[in-house]
Amino acid sequence: MRRSIRYLSQGRVIEVADFDPTTTLLDHLRLDRRRTGTKEGCNEGDCGACTVALGRLVDGRLVYEPVTACIRLLGTVDGCEVVTVEDLAEGGRLHPIQRALVDLHGSQCGFCTPGIVMSLFTLYATPGPVDREAVIDRLSGNLCRCTGYRPIVAAALEACAARPGQLPDDLFAAAAAETRLALAALDDGEEVFIGDEGRFFAAPRRFDTLGGILAACPDATLVAGATDVGLWINKAGRDLPRLVHLGRLDGLDRVEERGDEIVLGAAVTLEEAGRVLGRLDPDIALLFRRIAGVQVRASGTIGGNIANGSPIGDTPPLLIALGASIELVRPGHVRRLPLEDFFIAYGRQDRAHDEILTRIFVPRPRANHALRVFKIAKRHDQDISAVLGALRLALDDTIIAEARLAFGGMAGTPKRADGAEAALVGASIADPASWRPALDALRADFTPLSDLRASADYRTEAAVGLLGKALVEIAGTPTTRTRVVGAREEASHGRDL
Amino acid sequence: MDATSDGTPRPDAPTTVVGRASPHESAHLHVTGAAAYIDDLPEPAGTLQVVPGWCRTAARGRILRLDLDRVRAAPGVVAVLTAADVPAVNDCSPSVGGDPVLAVNEVRYHGQPIFAVAAETRAAARRAARLAVIEVEEEKPAVTVADALDRGTDVLPPYAFAKGDADAAIAAAPHLLHDGFMIGGQEHFYLETQIALAVPGDGDVVRIFASTQHPTEVSHVAARVLGLPEAAVPCECRRMGGGFGGKESQATQWAVIAALVAGVTGRPAKIRLDRDDDMMMTGKRHDFRVDWSAGFDDSGRLAGVEVDFFARCGHSADLSQGVVDRTMFHADNAYDYPAARIASRRLMTDTVSATAYRGFGGPQGMVFAERMMDAIAIRLGIDPLDVRRANFYPDHAAAAHGVTPYGQVVDDGILAALVDRLETTSDYRARAAAIDAFNRSSPVLKKGIALTPVKFGISFTLAHLNQAGALVHVYSDGSVSVNHGGTEMGQGLMTKVAQVVAEAFGLPLATVRVTATATDKVPNTAPTAASSGSDLNGWAALRAAETIRGRLAETAARLLGGEVDAVRFADARVWSAGRSLSFADVAREAHRARLSLSSTGFYATPGITWDRDAAHGRPFFYFAYGASCSEVVIDTFTGETRVTRVDILHDAGRSLNPAIDIGQIEGGFVQGMGWLTAEELVWDDHGRLLTHAPSTYKIPTAHDVPEDFRVALWEGEARVETIHRSKAVGEPPFMLAISVHSAILRALASLAPGRLPALDVPATPEAILKAVKALRHPEGSP
Ligand SMILES: Cc1cc2nc3c(=O)[nH]c(=O)nc-3n(C[C@@H](O)[C@@H](O)[C@H](O)COP(=O)(O)OP(=O)(O)OC[C@H]3O[C@@H](n4cnc5c(N)ncnc54)[C@H](O)[C@@H]3O)c2cc1C
Ligand code: FES
Ligand code: FES
Repeated sequence: MRRSIRYLSQGRVIEVADFDPTTTLLDHLRLDRRRTGTKEGCNEGDCGACTVALGRLVDGRLVYEPVTACIRLLGTVDGCEVVTVEDLAEGGRLHPIQRALVDLHGSQCGFCTPGIVMSLFTLYATPGPVDREAVIDRLSGNLCRCTGYRPIVAAALEACAARPGQLPDDLFAAAAAETRLALAALDDGEEVFIGDEGRFFAAPRRFDTLGGILAACPDATLVAGATDVGLWINKAGRDLPRLVHLGRLDGLDRVEERGDEIVLGAAVTLEEAGRVLGRLDPDIALLFRRIAGVQVRASGTIGGNIANGSPIGDTPPLLIALGASIELVRPGHVRRLPLEDFFIAYGRQDRAHDEILTRIFVPRPRANHALRVFKIAKRHDQDISAVLGALRLALDDTIIAEARLAFGGMAGTPKRADGAEAALVGASIADPASWRPALDALRADFTPLSDLRASADYRTEAAVGLLGKALVEIAGTPTTRTRVVGAREEASHGRDL
Repeated sequence: MDATSDGTPRPDAPTTVVGRASPHESAHLHVTGAAAYIDDLPEPAGTLQVVPGWCRTAARGRILRLDLDRVRAAPGVVAVLTAADVPAVNDCSPSVGGDPVLAVNEVRYHGQPIFAVAAETRAAARRAARLAVIEVEEEKPAVTVADALDRGTDVLPPYAFAKGDADAAIAAAPHLLHDGFMIGGQEHFYLETQIALAVPGDGDVVRIFASTQHPTEVSHVAARVLGLPEAAVPCECRRMGGGFGGKESQATQWAVIAALVAGVTGRPAKIRLDRDDDMMMTGKRHDFRVDWSAGFDDSGRLAGVEVDFFARCGHSADLSQGVVDRTMFHADNAYDYPAARIASRRLMTDTVSATAYRGFGGPQGMVFAERMMDAIAIRLGIDPLDVRRANFYPDHAAAAHGVTPYGQVVDDGILAALVDRLETTSDYRARAAAIDAFNRSSPVLKKGIALTPVKFGISFTLAHLNQAGALVHVYSDGSVSVNHGGTEMGQGLMTKVAQVVAEAFGLPLATVRVTATATDKVPNTAPTAASSGSDLNGWAALRAAETIRGRLAETAARLLGGEVDAVRFADARVWSAGRSLSFADVAREAHRARLSLSSTGFYATPGITWDRDAAHGRPFFYFAYGASCSEVVIDTFTGETRVTRVDILHDAGRSLNPAIDIGQIEGGFVQGMGWLTAEELVWDDHGRLLTHAPSTYKIPTAHDVPEDFRVALWEGEARVETIHRSKAVGEPPFMLAISVHSAILRALASLAPGRLPALDVPATPEAILKAVKALRHPEGSP
């Protein structure tokens, strides 16, 4: 067992042995290391000013991902390379991203700029073509109040277009071989424990170690990507003295692509889950692209998005519509249940305190399935859903044989619209008049709340609008005529997220 | 270089530094993370971290109990301050008072600071601040405009101005419209939250480093609160991480709290607001209810306009006098009202005091004017651009000029010509026709297009603020430093002023250093606001530079021969009688000759005559103009929208720096678009702001900006003598975004021709869907 964490910074290994479990990467950088280039704009993962890049080995490849340092726990960067804005320029020579931002006037007040530089650095560092959409995706978690983004997007496109053979050409690419070796050397397979029984950060590797910790400290807090837990610390002022990080558990980040289903480990990040599930359907790809920003998706996990029990998490309605089930494990006991049964009521899930969500089984849609996923929010990018509709129909020629209509934001849990589902069965996709009972039933299926995101009325009207839209589209109206963004005709010959 | 045959630069040579698209002076520092904001400055040893404490439950009521024992006893806490610790006056108001630094006896809005905790670390201070026991005799707060009207309380007296007999004109007109609508506020969301660091110095001196648009006011108010002379509490600001008006008056309170802690403890003290605290504790753009009526003829030409603005000002006056005056000044936007009555009330609510925000009330006035134009067009079934054009003030070359409702002659108009140009380059008519056709065949999606103008008055309407000072030094090695009263918040002011100084000396821009704004270098300054930063400070700096240049010219003429008046400065050389010396050589020689190479410069805007009591005069030195054309598509099933194309033509006069000006235009437009479409402030019935974080308050992201975004500068120049004939550009472009709102309205109107959609600001998906429902199923119909 290791009593310290180690990360790579500017080619050197930084070892931190003594830190409070709730220390964030941002406070570590700014307060402990006095590296003040990285800014704090919100301390809740939403503005991107604190963006840094984490380098990791993925199947032997060196990959850089942006993360928001303000809600990233220091303990969870063990084994990574941490790149901050100060690291990019080489002896006064600006990184191509920095150069382009200067030349194209991409900074005004400059406070968002370090975070933007780092997000774009990760884009630059990823081999392959970069188009405007890729830049915008990469910036979805970075707010800039001054520029209106136009020059920032232009700078990113210019710098990335100048990459020889669409490969990064910078300090980091030049040092990639050494970095790979250094990262491999850090990966010692050890379990990590910092602190004592009273206050600790633990990152077990084996399930029995985890079981031991939870048996000894039943009140320990499980943490995966900390994109929820980080807010409890920073915003709710909660002290979490005993943290158990699930990110190092053996196999928990594994993806298995089987013939009729995809199995995701609970610690698979939202970004990775989006890449895998996005191949099933363009709406799924777009939904994942609209969950938070890249930084949060690179940290946050699919398991956390389910286990937190939120009624407005985006993946549960989708997974319920697809008919997913989950696996829960505690020492000596494994069980599996349909995902929809996991959510009992607002704030209550079918999970014992020492049970870990380990795997999510996602059936692949069949040939006669038609799927539509819609997220409604005030803002297109990085916003929590007011309403999320994931609607899957099984068609028998033109007759609707089965309907799974799952909604988020409409009740205290992610929930299926039982009445509307029943009313749709037997209706004809070719006969709009036959849809009417389902649309009416949907109004009675839910009694949503009014809150700061939307009124109950709007939620109901929008949900009905979404079902109507799904039916119109499945009946054959091109989505270029039904959607202000995310037309499937454009997406289908398009991108792999 | 543009030179005569003997190599001497021509006297009328075009500028070489001014007018260039030079990068922001701090661009390199920004992108490398090396630009230091206040939180990045090395902290002096022993710096205390300060966190404000407040009542988490009540918005309004008498404080029954304030028990801070547990706060004081918390680990790491060094001092806990309340109003009782204020040595002199407990007020940080920028105007008529009513803004206690720390609340006494009563709470007046949710989030009002009641005490301040100073601790060894920020985490310790934050933890301790939550331990206070505060009991408040909670009263039902007035939260909305309607609540305030019911209660009948105002922060300042009503105000109105009139031109002709609007009532009679409306009554006599062939057509009449009445309407009322709501305009929401806006959170500044500067990326850097409010912050200040106060460092004790010699004797009673406390030096304040603050992120503020108004260092003079910070110093002035700190002196008032601490009972010290202003000279003892200098304030300094190198740069802000955004301001947008939010750090004009409302940066002061935090700076003063830091100074107070430094004064009481003798230790340096830093306060930085957490984002959520910042959003709760600092003021926003004023929201309004607007009630209006208008009379007009068949062509849409107005006969008379009456409008009442009900502004929600919060608990105190702050800057509401000037802000709401500016709403009234811009209630005409670009339109010549033959008769008008423009009235306003400044309503008191039990919420944080509304404050300056880019446009300073102007945008709310203009939103009204443009809604009226759209409403007339919808009523008459004609194109809104034709209605707009029928009402424009005549251009400057016209035989007769229009007069605003407040008595200023509009003699510098260019909108007719500018709008003509934009109408052509944006292909407005053909696109409008295509959109009408699209809408006829599209049941789910509807499109809209609008072309709207902006006319924005430049000058502080509080006349004495229209002054500026600068301080320029030339060192004996030829390097130059410039200081002035303006502050840098990202708008590029420092870059522009450096360009002006470099131009004056014929030096490359890099030779001129800009330095932190500091009240002990240039005192008694105006806030950097009202878009006036480069107008005022550019002139002041130029005058300082000209004084020194005169001395250098003397030196050069002495050394090279020739007339002093004929000496030219170019290419880092000084030319006289066909020969030249390097600028550095001349500086060194001047120094040897015991000439002062340092000078102040001063500027006061000429020709401003505004008499508020008489409601008449010329408040503005000139107007800045622009127009934009936006196209949107809306989803009538969900209310979602997308802006698909924007064309802008904007008048920055003879631009000092086109890159910076275009940056202001694009950035202002997007910020305005956010206000009009997505940014929604939600308060609950208890007066608590629910949208106090970026997770719930949504400013635009890169995705919201249309790919097809065409911005051009109007080729012209200011018709009055502004600095290098440029025009102010900080605020006016914000209002270009009104075309987005008008385009949404037009898309909605296609659902039920002839009916004016009920659409407030902001046009969120929910607001749009509600309007759709009302148009498709009017009350009473199934
Ligand atoms: C800026 C921002 C934007 C966001 N936007 C969206 C959005 O658009 N849509 C959306 O759906 N969500 C959004 N989220 C929330 C989303 O990031 C989280 O719900 C995330 O998926 C949680 O995963 P995590 O790994 O970070 O969980 P953590 O924060 O580590 O944990 C969350 C909870 O789940 C528990 N937990 C985690 N893993 C397990 C496990 N394997 N077994 C048992 N319990 C476990 C933890 O104990 C904790 O109670 C956003 C968050 C932020 C900060
Ligand atoms: S500080 Fe805003 S995302 Fe981290
Ligand atoms: S440059 Fe100011 S926030 Fe982006």
